[in-house]
Amino acid sequence: MSIASTSVIQIIPRTRRGVELMLLIIAIAVSVAAYVNIGLTVQNKVPASTGYYAAGIGLLALIAHMALRYRAPYADPVILPCAVLLNGLGVAMIHRVDLGLKAAAEAAGTKARGPAAPQQITWTAVGIILFLVVILVVRDHRRLQAFTYTAGLVGLVLLVLPLVPGLGADINGAKIWIRLAGMSFQPGEFAKLCLVIFFAGYLVVKRDVLTLAGHRFLGLDLPRARDLGPILIAWGVSLGVLIFEKDLGSSLLFFGLFLFLLYVATERAGWLIIGGLLFAGGAFVAAQIFSHVQKRVSDWLDPFHEVGGQVSTALMGQAWGGLLGRGLGQGRPEIAPLRFYGQSDFIISSFGEELGLTGLIAIILVYTLIIERGLRTALGCRDIFGKLLATGLAMSFALQVFVIVGGVTGLIPLTGLTTPFMALGGTALIANWAIIALVLRISDQARRPQTPAAPVSDETIAMAVQKQ
Amino acid sequence: MNSAIRRLAVAAIVLMLALMANSTYLQAFKANDINGRNDNRRVRDAQFSIDRGPILIGNIPIAESKESNDQYKFLRTYTAGPEYAPVTGYYSFLYGRLGIELNQNSQLNGSDPSLAFRRVVDVITNRDQQGAAVSLTLNAKAQMAAYRGLAGKKGAAVAIDPKTGKILALVSRPSYDPNELASHDLNKVGASWKKFTEDPNKPMSNRAARELFPPGSTFKLVTTAAALSSGRYNPDTKVRSPAQLPLPQTTTPLMNENKLNCGGSDNATLTVALRNSCNTAFGSVGLELGADALREQAEKFGFGERQLPELGAVASQFPADPNPPQTAQSAIGQFDVQATPLQMAMVAAGIANKGDVMKPYLVESVRTADLKTVSETKPESLHQAVTPEVASQLTQMMVDVVENGTGKPGRIGGVQVAGKTGTAQTAKDRPPFAWFTAFAPAEDPQVAVAVMIEDANVPRDDIAGGKLAAPIAKSVMEAVLGR
Repeated sequence: MSIASTSVIQIIPRTRRGVELMLLIIAIAVSVAAYVNIGLTVQNKVPASTGYYAAGIGLLALIAHMALRYRAPYADPVILPCAVLLNGLGVAMIHRVDLGLKAAAEAAGTKARGPAAPQQITWTAVGIILFLVVILVVRDHRRLQAFTYTAGLVGLVLLVLPLVPGLGADINGAKIWIRLAGMSFQPGEFAKLCLVIFFAGYLVVKRDVLTLAGHRFLGLDLPRARDLGPILIAWGVSLGVLIFEKDLGSSLLFFGLFLFLLYVATERAGWLIIGGLLFAGGAFVAAQIFSHVQKRVSDWLDPFHEVGGQVSTALMGQAWGGLLGRGLGQGRPEIAPLRFYGQSDFIISSFGEELGLTGLIAIILVYTLIIERGLRTALGCRDIFGKLLATGLAMSFALQVFVIVGGVTGLIPLTGLTTPFMALGGTALIANWAIIALVLRISDQARRPQTPAAPVSDETIAMAVQKQ
Repeated sequence: MNSAIRRLAVAAIVLMLALMANSTYLQAFKANDINGRNDNRRVRDAQFSIDRGPILIGNIPIAESKESNDQYKFLRTYTAGPEYAPVTGYYSFLYGRLGIELNQNSQLNGSDPSLAFRRVVDVITNRDQQGAAVSLTLNAKAQMAAYRGLAGKKGAAVAIDPKTGKILALVSRPSYDPNELASHDLNKVGASWKKFTEDPNKPMSNRAARELFPPGSTFKLVTTAAALSSGRYNPDTKVRSPAQLPLPQTTTPLMNENKLNCGGSDNATLTVALRNSCNTAFGSVGLELGADALREQAEKFGFGERQLPELGAVASQFPADPNPPQTAQSAIGQFDVQATPLQMAMVAAGIANKGDVMKPYLVESVRTADLKTVSETKPESLHQAVTPEVASQLTQMMVDVVENGTGKPGRIGGVQVAGKTGTAQTAKDRPPFAWFTAFAPAEDPQVAVAVMIEDANVPRDDIAGGKLAAPIAKSVMEAVLGR
């Protein structure tokens, strides 16, 4: 299939920056309200740090907004406010768990760990700086195609970095961290970005070959055997991640992204089937061999089989939250054995407990908005590389949210992925802001009028809006 | 390419919908199950921090939650702890709940469905959830009389309003102080638990309702009821009553306590036999009626079924398949006949209420914090144990026991008391159980009572139901009658 036959959605050229600003103000207001609410319920006063928090989140969001206004005026207006809202709520919940941990430490007469929320605000600032860098430096996403193989190499290096002796750190059995200058990083978060660029660039070149049909089987066009190379390599690498870094989540994420992009590039469902079988087979064998995978599976099948397990404690928190939640500051998200996992891996359970099913569904819907707006960007994008890139970035959120939220709520076995924008953790937050910047850069191009906009009548606008 | 992207967009939505569906299942449908789990610390901690409703007698709380300024908001406090412990039970962070605290938990903590409207109002008016008050049927004076009467002894007493089944007193001694288990100092709670559970006198055993004892001669009321109900006997029917009754299939005869015949006769009337509590007379009646008739009569009084769910009382038992000598032993309340003091009080109450045994109950009503009644227990008939005629004959015979026989210490001046003593031998090396069960006034019964003394710490030959247990029963009845 060539570009010519790809339908391009007609988009009315409007910048919508005003809409974005309104949504941003709402997102900031909701986050600050959550922050104040937590202070009022836990400490009976408006927290002294409210100013710092509000200024931090607000200012950073406005800076990002201004950057878009001047450097990407046609960018999607919904994505940035959604990301700001998730980031803001995340910091509020991290602050809430900080308070809970402090109270618990005081009750036990031990010393509390320093608060994590200010740290997360600092990381947000770094994230926004990277956001600005991407928006200002990458003036056209198509230029990234030139770095296809560089990105692939960098991605692979980042992926194996935690395995380097003396650099990698084993946290909770997964070797996905490195320690450098006293700080911990998760290089996999940036590997994700690099690999999506690589997959997209690679598939732009190879898609015609991979589209060639081999055998027809059960109504599916299966690819030629000799074209199976790339998928087998991707499979091997993701299995390597699973085996050597003991990280099922990242393994699933990388392989899944490759498969999705392969499917979009070739439109051959056969690739999905082959890839799905390969992954299922690998995961099944891994579950037979590795005890850490077995433990995750048995915890999933019967979360309550051990008293005081992490998953069971998190599920009890959600059940305790019920439909409307205990209210911000009135749950027990810091309860042992969750403790500070209530602000990282299990932050979504903390929201489920305090904001209830209602709040949890709202959060999932905000994620859905980001994902679908990202895919919408892919639909509107005029070049194949951009389409694949936007699809990959949007689907990386979809997979990540599904794997981690599904894991902590007991839908699938728990694997360690970060909850985008919300969970405590610098690397992930910064990488996600870079990804959002890239999606917005592509959407700017997708929504920008190709030629200077001809005057359009109201009727055409109405028709085009309906078509959307 | 766009159609593939669109399909992925749908797939992404499906993934997100799966997350929402799973969370809905968890937080809306499975939440109750999970919240009810024993290992759910959140729920336990939270329950310990809500304003739990009081347990009342009249308007006086015997258990209430008082504000405390430690790790929990409220401290459960029992005003007369040991006296009411067999009823209230305890409410402990480490050891859960017992008694009314357990049985009425959902009312006391306000989570019961019947309080749903109240909870909505609390949410709207932004008040903390408040539990409902549980009012008990107990009579404070009767409870006090029983508790004092049993001081220094091992035993139990139960008083019932025969017309309704209301429990008026329920005491077990030695007792324990539930305040020690409700404390927020968890180290002390652990030490107290150890002290109570390792004490050889078993202060946490509820002897009134949850322990079984041989009822001895008080069971002769059941045998008499079966005899009169069979139509083959009336109070004046003469029965075999020698000093020794030879039993089939064994060389060991059944003997009267005093090794004499019954009131000077080898063929005493049923009335005389009951008056003197002659073992041989009731042994021979039991043999003639057979085990099945005895068991049926016992079950009509409530044997074989668990009574008083509020306290989880155990079922009293009549042996399943006794041979003839065992039947004769059973007829006088020995062998494997086992009863709670509650059950023996129900036997007296049934006779007092014209044969109609009322279902015993402890919870009079449940009221919200602002005194609106949520529920009220209505008296219910359990079984018609005997006909009113037989009940009236039995009453006359029991009055005779108190006025002329073994029950003399149970007499109350100016009030006709109907009663029956019991002294159950079990083993040579342990003191017998002393029983007295009675009701008064005989013509219009207001109270039925059973007192059991397991170990009175007195010389062996002093023990007889009449001497030990009857005075306590008497003081309980006097307390109810206001004398």
